[in-house]
Amino acid sequence: MTETTKDPTSQSQGAVDILDLNKIFLPGNASQVIALTDINLSIAPRSFTTLIGPSGCGKSTLLRLIAGLIEPTEGSVTVNGKTANRARQDRDYGMAFQTASLFDWRTVRKNIELPLELLGWSRADRRKRTEEMLELVQLSEFVNSYPRELSGGMQQRVAIARALAFRPSLLLMDEPFGALDEMTREHMQTELLRMWQETGTTVIFITHSISEAVFLSTQVCVMSPRPGQITAKVDVDLGERTEETRDRDDFFDYIVQVREALRS
Amino acid sequence: MNRFLRSCLTSPWFLPLVFGLAGLLVWEIGLLVINPDGFVLPRPTEILSELQANWDEISQASRNTGFIIVSSLFGGVILGVVAALIVTRFRSANEMITPLAVAVNAIPIVALAPIFNNWLGLTSPRSNQAVVVLLVFFPVFINTSRGLTNVDPNQIELMRSLASKPWTIIRRVRIPSALPFFFTALKLVSSLCVVGAIVVEYFGGRQDSLGSKITTYAGFTQYDAAWAAVLAGSLMGIALYALASLAERLAMPWATRQS
Repeated sequence: MTETTKDPTSQSQGAVDILDLNKIFLPGNASQVIALTDINLSIAPRSFTTLIGPSGCGKSTLLRLIAGLIEPTEGSVTVNGKTANRARQDRDYGMAFQTASLFDWRTVRKNIELPLELLGWSRADRRKRTEEMLELVQLSEFVNSYPRELSGGMQQRVAIARALAFRPSLLLMDEPFGALDEMTREHMQTELLRMWQETGTTVIFITHSISEAVFLSTQVCVMSPRPGQITAKVDVDLGERTEETRDRDDFFDYIVQVREALRS
Repeated sequence: MNRFLRSCLTSPWFLPLVFGLAGLLVWEIGLLVINPDGFVLPRPTEILSELQANWDEISQASRNTGFIIVSSLFGGVILGVVAALIVTRFRSANEMITPLAVAVNAIPIVALAPIFNNWLGLTSPRSNQAVVVLLVFFPVFINTSRGLTNVDPNQIELMRSLASKPWTIIRRVRIPSALPFFFTALKLVSSLCVVGAIVVEYFGGRQDSLGSKITTYAGFTQYDAAWAAVLAGSLMGIALYALASLAERLAMPWATRQS
């Protein structure tokens, strides 16, 4: 496993700690929405945590709270021992979405370089890291292509490379494979796990797919809507994942376990 | 030579060019057959020879009108873009001003020409410029501000997740996203401003301008010469449109590059 560039003392506490969190949109207003209630969650460094649940259960809201893009109504979110907003200012995490959301006007290289530019990296360092990232997502020959010249799966790989380029200790992914076909999706899952193992990043991942959640995660958080809360946490211990993992009995046992938690 | 010929034949310009030349030929020959006197509609060759005969007058008029067109185009585009940038930086200003601009844009601005002549002087080019600047301003302002706000929300969130300041987001995300909208407006106003400038000259401004020449020639039943002046205006319009398209290609290589 490669060294992360982050402070090793952050290993002693959780990568993310959420304490008694409530989120209400438009509080006090007649049309107020209780998005999340009583969320308590601790995410260990280098773990892979999935948030799963039906639409409208507040998965994306929870992810944006961790990202410090919105503020909790009550409770606290701590990322690497700091407030979520502080962690955002310090650029502690990378983000990827359901749509690749690449910048059409930038080549693949320039898309991956964008976070590095914002961090003030030198041109030579940016180039070197981008080459490494392209190797990681296996798109080296497309370095000078524009996003519209790539397939959906390739665009998503560039988006992941962009999110990981500055080696953040935390990667937040909001249904990144939701728009891909089944075959590309399974391929991307294997790729993501490989990158996760190579970089030692903590991953928080949103999905609608039970099998995807089980295949990827070390911890699955099952959520229910109205009001959004975490109803179960399933620790998944499948060892190293390979394509054969998908056919194993204990893989199916975990799927049943998560499905039942979703029903209850 | 063979390769040059093939690239000419496969160029997207080839068919429209052939079609256009064929049209001119039909116009020329058709009128020779059915209306040899050329009173209602002159033949293309007659218009060309008239352009040659009145070259000094028409080229001087074209320069004067061209100056008004180009200066107003620049002025209107710059004002429109700056206003759009300011308005999108402040959301409440955007919600207040943009619908108003759409409404104002529905006013037939050319119809204000006589009023502007009254304010800024009947023979002064200032009033012509003012009308054309307004004519250019609104489409540029409306389209550009729409482009600046029509951004993938995930891209904004990504930038915020990297602790970007609002101005960085405008520069790196909003402005590039707005370019297609801006160039749509630019191509529109590049022809609109020629029409506007000439029509406004029907009402006032300098005496040696294209619009004024067209009305004068027509008043003296020199329709061939009037057509020649119209031709000069058309050429300016085409040239400006071509420049705008070229600028679009240069500014947005990602949208036009062949893959």
